[in-house]
Amino acid sequence: MNVRLYLWQRGTAALMAPLVLIHVAVMFYATRQGLSAADILGRTRGSVAWGLFYAAFVAAAAIHAGIGIRTILAEWTPLGARGAALAASAFALLLAGLGARAVIAVVMP
Amino acid sequence: MSEAAAGDLSVSIWRGGADGAFARYQVPARASQTVLDVVTHVQRHIDPTLSYRFACRVGMCGSCAMTVNGRPRWTCRTHVSKVAEGGRLEIAPLANLPVIKDLAADMSPFFEKWQAAGGAFAPTLSRADPVEPIRPSEPDRVVADAGIECINCGVCYAGCDTVRWNAAYVGPAALNRAWTLMNDRRDGAQRERLAAVAADGGCHACHSHQSCQDFCPQSLSPTGAISGLKRMAMKAYLRGELKP
Repeated sequence: MNVRLYLWQRGTAALMAPLVLIHVAVMFYATRQGLSAADILGRTRGSVAWGLFYAAFVAAAAIHAGIGIRTILAEWTPLGARGAALAASAFALLLAGLGARAVIAVVMP
Repeated sequence: MSEAAAGDLSVSIWRGGADGAFARYQVPARASQTVLDVVTHVQRHIDPTLSYRFACRVGMCGSCAMTVNGRPRWTCRTHVSKVAEGGRLEIAPLANLPVIKDLAADMSPFFEKWQAAGGAFAPTLSRADPVEPIRPSEPDRVVADAGIECINCGVCYAGCDTVRWNAAYVGPAALNRAWTLMNDRRDGAQRERLAAVAADGGCHACHSHQSCQDFCPQSLSPTGAISGLKRMAMKAYLRGELKP
């Protein structure tokens, strides 16, 4: 971990904190209002705002988790610094890909 | 395994190198006895081949740190009555360092990292210049003073989880030293030192477990020093003064 990775990890954490709160609040709202999947998709599809919201969430989560996994792999496995960086980058890309797929499915009309 | 006789301590001491083993000794219990007294008794009266390190015996030199019942301690200031469990002591060399023999750990990695983290003071004046007056109440000096009583005993290094997991991590003592120098306006190597502690293996590798300040026999706060370095390095990086 160096200062650049540290800043990215703390920055993405700071970004995710309000996003998580909003996400949880929306989940409670949807549940209490009895919204069906079709109701929810009707509101999110074509919405630039929800697209940006979850795209930011996915990007922040992929970066944050990637940096954290890099440290764990480097410290707790025999991969070494370079191996850990490569494996963590692959994991971050996987998270970003899966997240992007979910966001596209929810917001694309 | 025999029980200690009344008035005796049952002491297990690490013998040999990294592939050594514990050997058990019976040592008479005495009033105000320190762990270093126990080790000295074994060497003077039972086995003169026992190797260990000490110098001042009064908590100033930082030579006699060992692992006592699983925890790193300065043995000259550790009373047996406070740490012996049922009259038993287990004494091993400091963890996270190579073992030379018996209780003597090789401190080379500790001091090499101390140097790598910019632990040497870089003077900006010569002996021909007048002494620079610095008031003890200056804010930077107050911060530096909070960390300068480190005796480099290696207790924090031996007790640090991150040191154990990350061979590149320079450790709490080296970073505490760097922090005191970063707050010393007489020093002329601020930029180089900040770059050294902001690189891989530097202050950002710390997980803030706080074992260092829990174990520090001088009650210093290396964790606080490391947090200060993190903030200082982050600000310098954001200003473009630091390239990791």
